[in-house]
This record gives sequence, structure tokens and C-alpha cells, in this order.
Amino acid sequence: MLKIENLHVKLEDEEKQILKGVNLEVGAGQVHAIMGPNGSGKSTLSYVLSGREGYEVTDGEAHLGDVDLLDIEPEERAAAGLFLAFQYPVEIPGVGNMTFLRTAVNAQRKARGEEEMSAAEFLKVVRAKAKTLKIDSDMLKRPVNVGFSGGEKKRNEILQMAMLEPKMCILDETDSGLDVDAMKLVSEGVNALRSEGRSFLVITHYQRLLDHIKPDVVHIMANGRIIKSGGPELALEVEQNGYADILAEVS
Amino acid sequence: MSAVAETMNVTDERLAGLTLPAGGWSDAARKDALSRVQMMGLPSRRDEYWKYTRPDTLTQAVAVPAALFHNDEAALFDDIERLKIVFIDGVFDADASDDLSLEGVSIERLATADADIHWARDVYGVLETNGQKPVERPLAALNTAFATDGVLIHVTGAASKPINMIYLHNSETSDVMLHNVIKLDAGASLTVLETGPAAARINMVTEVEVADTAAFHHIRAQGRDHERRAATHIFARLGTESVFKSFTLTANGVMTRNECVLELTGNDAKATVGGACIGDGDFHHDDTVFITHDAENCESRQVFKKVLRNGATGVFQGKILVKAGAQKTDGYQISQSLLLDGDSQFLAKPELEIYADDVICSHGSTSGAIDETALFYLQSRGISKPVATDLLTLSFLAEAVDEIEDETLREQINERMASWLERRRG
Repeated sequence: MLKIENLHVKLEDEEKQILKGVNLEVGAGQVHAIMGPNGSGKSTLSYVLSGREGYEVTDGEAHLGDVDLLDIEPEERAAAGLFLAFQYPVEIPGVGNMTFLRTAVNAQRKARGEEEMSAAEFLKVVRAKAKTLKIDSDMLKRPVNVGFSGGEKKRNEILQMAMLEPKMCILDETDSGLDVDAMKLVSEGVNALRSEGRSFLVITHYQRLLDHIKPDVVHIMANGRIIKSGGPELALEVEQNGYADILAEVS
Repeated sequence: MSAVAETMNVTDERLAGLTLPAGGWSDAARKDALSRVQMMGLPSRRDEYWKYTRPDTLTQAVAVPAALFHNDEAALFDDIERLKIVFIDGVFDADASDDLSLEGVSIERLATADADIHWARDVYGVLETNGQKPVERPLAALNTAFATDGVLIHVTGAASKPINMIYLHNSETSDVMLHNVIKLDAGASLTVLETGPAAARINMVTEVEVADTAAFHHIRAQGRDHERRAATHIFARLGTESVFKSFTLTANGVMTRNECVLELTGNDAKATVGGACIGDGDFHHDDTVFITHDAENCESRQVFKKVLRNGATGVFQGKILVKAGAQKTDGYQISQSLLLDGDSQFLAKPELEIYADDVICSHGSTSGAIDETALFYLQSRGISKPVATDLLTLSFLAEAVDEIEDETLREQINERMASWLERRRG
């Protein structure tokens, strides 16, 4: 599904290398988690994959299926099936949540040569999906993320994911700022979307989220590289002992 | 030549080409207005309130011709139940207009109103004269003296539908002065829609007397003609517990100066002036607002948003004057520009002058570019960069458009702006 090879990335405006040779392969239907200390390059990886400006790829490749991700615009990556759930979802005053969602869904459909969703059909689908995420009609009508609580913003991200039906979902610290109940609700939303044809890359600081969204593989990232990979037990090890042992072990 | 001599020269040249219309009941007001113009002289660049906007094309004797714009869109507000009054290059078109009758409203034309129409005499040129202090507005006095037509509306009850003045532009050289007078009696209400560019050069004055508890709503769209020039003035006086709301949409137009002069004279009055403008290239747009609070517990809002690109210029000069005794005043003013490239500029001069000690007045002015994070957010959902840019542009303008109270009218303005932006994407 997602294949990253020897990815090197620096900041565009300064000589600061952030990713120093990331190798990662996420198979179809798998859930991979990336953990790591602050500044290790986790969020940068998610931004580079989804095409945010400000980074320069100096070496390496990233493919989603047979699509060369690094060569195309963010919207083309989205249409190819990539989705990034933001750590800090952006507020957009004056643009209704529903208008935004429908514009996004139809833009992707159009880009893939599929038929656009009618207003009636869209409304039906979005209402059903919103309900399972406990998103009420008021939240759908309001401007995108404006006045939403932290939990509401994250639920809104998952709703977008559910509507856009991506193949590869990257969750960038989706658990940050969430209380226990909100985390459970968001995790249930994610778990409901797990399927054979859909993979997840979950970036997190805490093992707690992985209690809810059970990963197949856990990677530890430090200093711009993945330094260790293993099963879910690796996350428990981090939770108990911190990163110091692992860092010492690989250096 | 001295500055004063130069101003008088421009004024003399302009006046030489004009003759006072015989107005009967308005004769006295016109003669007074003419002497005001002669006293003040037409604006020059040296005037403090014309520092950011060159007045020469608005004051010179002969208007610069403006190419006609062939608009293939349906007319704005076309599907709204309304009473239409059509002017083509300032000339009333009876065939295209509706019958000028509406329950609770008396409607006449300035050009044909006869001598016994006494109510307009109390307003025509009167609010304009009040509005000449402390800042002179000579183009408005020129209009009072020489306006050839316009609409006189006296509202005694709740008007059942909006009145829509439609100003068409069919002559490349038309140079027009129109003057509207609107008087709302106590408790009356009316919505006025104004659409269209009006002429190659238009000088428009609208005086609005809003009596106690009356409500006046005004929505204006100044057409899409690229080369038209406009100097407009709205003068309004607000009575106790009255409401005044005016919104202007401007897209294109090489030169626009919209002045709005409001006086809140009765307690608990509420006034809002808003504007959204989208300017591209050879575009100069100036909003100049002066709001005087002269009563207690009144509220005023100024909300102006400008989207500028390819060298377009936006100007905002907004003042709130709170007189002694106007306690509990709540004044709000925001002017913002979205600069889509490095060539455009926005010049803002917010002013507060407060002589009461128990008031809330806030003002803010910003210039900014498209928010890159928001742009990436939209793109990451599959929305292309041009479409995402338009969505964020509409998002930026929303705060001004949201000042329109009527949802249907607000949506029409939003849809129109969205379709203009979409066209520009090509």
C-alpha cells in the first residue's frame, strides 16, 4: 500500500535535515504506529507524504500503490487515496462544514473520473456517518471547525475520513488534547473504518491510543530515522521505560 | 498656480459645463448647494480626506469614457419579488420600470415631483448639508445642486417588498448625477436594493431620514463594468430605536469612492455599514465612513473587507465620533484586506474621537495573504489550489456579507461572488 524508501527531507528555507533515510512499508489493511521523542521527525513525515510546502525532499521515494506521491500536488495525493488527519485541524470561518465536505468529496470523485454525488445523496450519507460519530446537525452546518472543542475537531477529522474513504490514512497525534471519552469515540470511528483495503499510519506519543486502535506493527522513530520496529509490545515497552533504553540499544 | 487657485480652476471648469435644473420645490436647496460648492471648491489631492484617492477623474469637467461591459449573467435579485425602477445612463425608463406604487409607500421621481411635495424639501440637501461638517464633501453638494433625477420615497408603514433601483450603463460617455431621498416615518420599514454601474461616471447621493423605531435596509451592488467611475454618498439620520443597515458589493470599476455619513441622534439606534469588494488590476476602491454618535446607548458597526490583486488598491477611512453625552455608545470598526499578490495595496485610516466617558469603541485594520495552513488543509482533502483559494477568499469576505440580515439576499450576494471568482479561474 504505502512504501517509503530511503526518504531524506530538509527544511526548504534552512539547512536543517529532518528525515535522514526513512524506510517503511505498510501493507494493505494493516495498522502501523510510529512513536518517538519530540523532534524525531514524525509530523514532518506526515506533512511530506501529504505534500505540505516548506520541505525539500533531497533523496528517496514514496509510493502509494503505484502512484509516486512526491511528484504530485496535495489534492492529487488525496484523490489517489491519501488522507491526513491533522493534529491541529484548521478553522475556516464563513465556509460551512457541509459545503466543505461536499466540495472535497466531489473534487476527489471528479479527479478519479467518477460521478459526483448529488446533494440529496450526499446529505443522506453524511447524516448517517455523522450520527455514529455523535456529530449533530448543528456541527455540520457551522463553519469548518469554528467554535468546535478539541474533541469535536478530531471527530470532524474522522468524519471527513469516513466521507472521503481513503486507502491510506495518516493520523497525526489524533489523541492530543482528547479526554478519555473523546479518545474512545474517535478510536471507535477509526476502527469502524478498518478494512482489508484500507491502511493506517498512526503517529502518537502515547501507548494509550494503541489500546483502542490496535496496531500490527510499531515503529520507533528518532533523529529522522526509524530505529526499531516490532509488535504492539514495543509500545508497552516505551510506555514503561521511555525511549532511553531503545536509543541506547541502537546507538 | 497656488493650491487654492488650482482648486477653484477645476471647480469653475466643472461648473461651467452645468446648468441648474429648474426644480420648483428644490430650487432653494439647489442654489444653496451651488454656493456651498463655490465656497468649498471641488476636492483636490491636497485635501486630507483625498490623500489616498485621486479625485481628478471625479471632478474634471468632462468624464473619461468607459467601455460598456457585456454582462451575460442574470440580473442580480432577478428572482426576488421587488418593485423595479430603472434608469439607463441616468434617464428613467418607464417601460422597464414597474408602476411606482406600493402600499404604505409613496414613490416619485425627483425630475417630475411637483411643487406641493413638501416632505422631500425637509430632507433634500438638508442631510447633505449636515454632513459637510466637520469634513467637507463638495461632490455631494455638487450633486444636490445639479442632480437631474432620482427617486423620492416616503415610507409610512411596512413596505411589502423591496424597491430596486436598477442603474444601467449603455453609453460610453454618460456622465450622470442622481439624488435619492428616502424618508421613513416612525415605525416604518423598507429595504432598498441598488444594482448596476449607472454610467461611465456617476455621482450619486442618497439621503435617508430614519424616524424613531423605523428600520432601513440597503443592499447595493455596483456592477461589473471595468472602466466606470463612481462617487457616491449616503447621508442618514437615525431616530430613537431606529435601525439602519447598508451593505455594498463592489467588483471591478476603475474608480470608486463610497462615502457614508451617519448621525445617530436618537437613543438606542443601531447602524451598520458594510462592504465587500473584489478588485483586480486597474481598480481603486475607497470607503470613507463617518459615524457620529449624538445620543445614548447607540450601536454602530463598520465592517469592510477587500480582496485585491494585480495592482488593485483599496482605501478605508473610517471615523467614529462620540459626542459628549453619548454615553453607553458601542462602536465597532473593522477593515481588512486580503492581498492575493505583492502588487496590491491597502491603505487604511481608522479614527476614533470620543468625548463621552462611558463608551466601548473598538477598531482594527489588517492586511494579509491567504493562510497557507488553511490552503494546505483544503488541498489535503482533495480540493485544488484555485478552488481552495476561492473558498478562503469567500471565507474572508463572509464577515462583511454576514451583516446582511435577510438570508435570501445574503445568499444571492454569496452566490454572485462565488460565480465571479469561479469565472476568474477560467
